[in-house]
Amino acid sequence: MASLLERFRMSYSTPPQKGSALVAKERLQILVAHDRAERNRPPYLPKLQKDILDVVRKYVNVDLDSIQVTYEQNDQQEILELNIILPESSHHRNPVR
Amino acid sequence: MARIIVVTSGKGGVGKTTTSAAVSMGLAMRGHRTAVIDFDVGLRNLDLIMGCERRVVYDFVNVINEEANLNQALIKDKRCDNLYILPTSQTREKIALTKDGVGRVIEELSRSFDYIICDSPAGIEHGAMMAMYYADDAFIVVNPEISSVRDSDRMLGILASKSRRAITSSAPIREYLLITRYDPERVKKTEMMSVDDVQDIISIELLGIVPESKSVLNASNSGMPVVLDRDSEAGQAYIDVVKRYLGERIPHRFTDVPKKGIFGRLFRE
Repeated sequence: MASLLERFRMSYSTPPQKGSALVAKERLQILVAHDRAERNRPPYLPKLQKDILDVVRKYVNVDLDSIQVTYEQNDQQEILELNIILPESSHHRNPVR
Repeated sequence: MARIIVVTSGKGGVGKTTTSAAVSMGLAMRGHRTAVIDFDVGLRNLDLIMGCERRVVYDFVNVINEEANLNQALIKDKRCDNLYILPTSQTREKIALTKDGVGRVIEELSRSFDYIICDSPAGIEHGAMMAMYYADDAFIVVNPEISSVRDSDRMLGILASKSRRAITSSAPIREYLLITRYDPERVKKTEMMSVDDVQDIISIELLGIVPESKSVLNASNSGMPVVLDRDSEAGQAYIDVVKRYLGERIPHRFTDVPKKGIFGRLFRE
């Protein structure tokens, strides 16, 4: 058993150590929010992205990474956002095919 | 018509089979005719926890394949007349559980039982899918630990999209949370997430908190559902779980560190 003096010091002088429970909770909140957003995405998104890419590629040479399809959902509405980054000199090039 | 309950979690080792055994015994002791089915094909364990492993002749897969009828496979519990155990196969593979076959067995059980408890295997593969597919109610077993909480949330997503109730657009599965292996001492030291922390993330109805307890291993060693150990905190916690499920309103217990006397405080290790 620690001496009384030591015990007094341990109880009152050291600041309360922050355990890891808070870290766990914070990490979980981020993870779970991400997981939930992922599973609420409609299943057709990857195929939609590919189809759009095929259409765009008829006119401009872009790769898959240049097309971003994001999906957001809130109580009132669903938002499908499409972002296509064209290569800088795209208008000079001939259409592919 | 029976009420079909799945005991599930995603993660393994959190206490699904312990919970299935305890809850089925608890419901049966309160007079409800209860059947408990082991869905963990290939890793048969429920019969061990229930203490009837030496009485297994036919199993769930035999019934699905019509190699035996349900009455031949059901094992009547020796301690409680209202409780029957349907063990699973130790040798077949999970794929032996067909959706139609499971549906047939559950429908037949529904005619003579009040509650059917489906003890799910871990994971989100075929066996777990079959265990939850026909459920009316889900008991989500979670440990206050990061991977268990995450997997439980994932499982809730699956219940909401892949179950029969989801697919047929019926009323959704009723979801209940059981926090097991809870250690109030570690929660107090902020080493473990508290009930409130877990509930902030998984905000479904809390059926009970089962504290970490030596009696759970003792019970499984001797093949006795822990709910029969009325002196243990875990046993009492499961009795509360069953009462709450059946609609009784009782306050939650076992969330605080047991108070020590003056000597306990002076001579703590």
